[in-house]
Amino acid sequence: MRRNLAIVPAFNEVDAIASTVAAIHAAAPDFDVLVVDDGSDDATAARASQAGAEVLRMPFNLGIGGAMQGGYIYALEHGYDVAVQVDGDGQHDPRHIHELLDRLRSDQDLNMVTGSRFIERDGDGYRSSPARRVGIRVFSSTVSAITRQRVTDPTSGFRMTNRRGIELFARDYPHDYPEVEAILLMHAHRLRSCEIPVRMRPRVTGESAISSSQSVYYMVKVLLAVFVGLFRRRPALEGAKRPPAFTEKGA
Amino acid sequence: MTDVSLQRGIAVAGTLALLLFVFELVRRKHLSERYAILWLLAAVTLFVLAGWKGLLTSLSHDVGISYPPSALFAVAIGLIVVLLMYFSLVVSRLTDQNKILAQRIALLQNRIEKAEQLGAVEPEERELFDEELSRSR
Repeated sequence: MRRNLAIVPAFNEVDAIASTVAAIHAAAPDFDVLVVDDGSDDATAARASQAGAEVLRMPFNLGIGGAMQGGYIYALEHGYDVAVQVDGDGQHDPRHIHELLDRLRSDQDLNMVTGSRFIERDGDGYRSSPARRVGIRVFSSTVSAITRQRVTDPTSGFRMTNRRGIELFARDYPHDYPEVEAILLMHAHRLRSCEIPVRMRPRVTGESAISSSQSVYYMVKVLLAVFVGLFRRRPALEGAKRPPAFTEKGA
Repeated sequence: MTDVSLQRGIAVAGTLALLLFVFELVRRKHLSERYAILWLLAAVTLFVLAGWKGLLTSLSHDVGISYPPSALFAVAIGLIVVLLMYFSLVVSRLTDQNKILAQRIALLQNRIEKAEQLGAVEPEERELFDEELSRSR
């Protein structure tokens, strides 16, 4: 049985999803593909299924955090050892998956490897709006300061975790805009992560999950979560048998 | 009738109406006891403050509020803030639980479809499930 899973969150990605799944199968045949359809109202789930992916269909739109966590619970329950997130819109080039895997396997103590757009600056690298770059820089320096480790691309969703990372994310994963918080979550649980350089492609179709009008909310929400998270007690990962997300006791 | 006693009459009537309204909602099971307790506490507090002749005046005098009805408003606003905060907590918890339910449904549906492909679930059962799902949307 194959033990590697590619989790592909998708919301109304009917035009891109089949080629994304096919590209993952082609570039990383040792990975099973799970498309998490986050309440799409188009044929995303059907196309993904036709393309040979397993599909989790959320009954309504949960947001990227809830959808990704669903994928991690799937990975946990089906006994996968490695899970990689690949966006459904074709931004993440599946040819980097094995670079992530090699890096993850190269060090036993490493729990997560993120593909970063900003380690190497070259002419045809990733382009984004100036405002977004400023935002990424703010997050980058904040996260670097907290983890005492250089983190160049904290908003990258192209990342691979081992079994311990899967266990952690299946149990606890941030709600919306989860990438930045997920790094700090790893850090708080004393799991180790690092980055390798990747190139990301411009989107094939669809719209970014974060429109410019939402980016202010994004900044504020993430910075608040980061700040509050510094004061949160983290239970030890070992032996903890909690439900997959936070619920109040006796609720 | 003086101004002050008219004000008191209105305040007493208003808070009494609130009390009775909450009671009636609980009696008809529209409002569960769990959430009614806070509302009843709020209503009783306001009722006592409105009805007990010297209490509000002396309380407001003690804290330096020259116009006693303002003290009533202050207390009412405080109670409303507590209630709203409580509801925010409840909504947050419901959102979390809702998310977990959605994830479980998606995982179960995936398992059912897998089982069908392996012939472990009869197609008729599947149709019933689909109908059920589309009706719930």
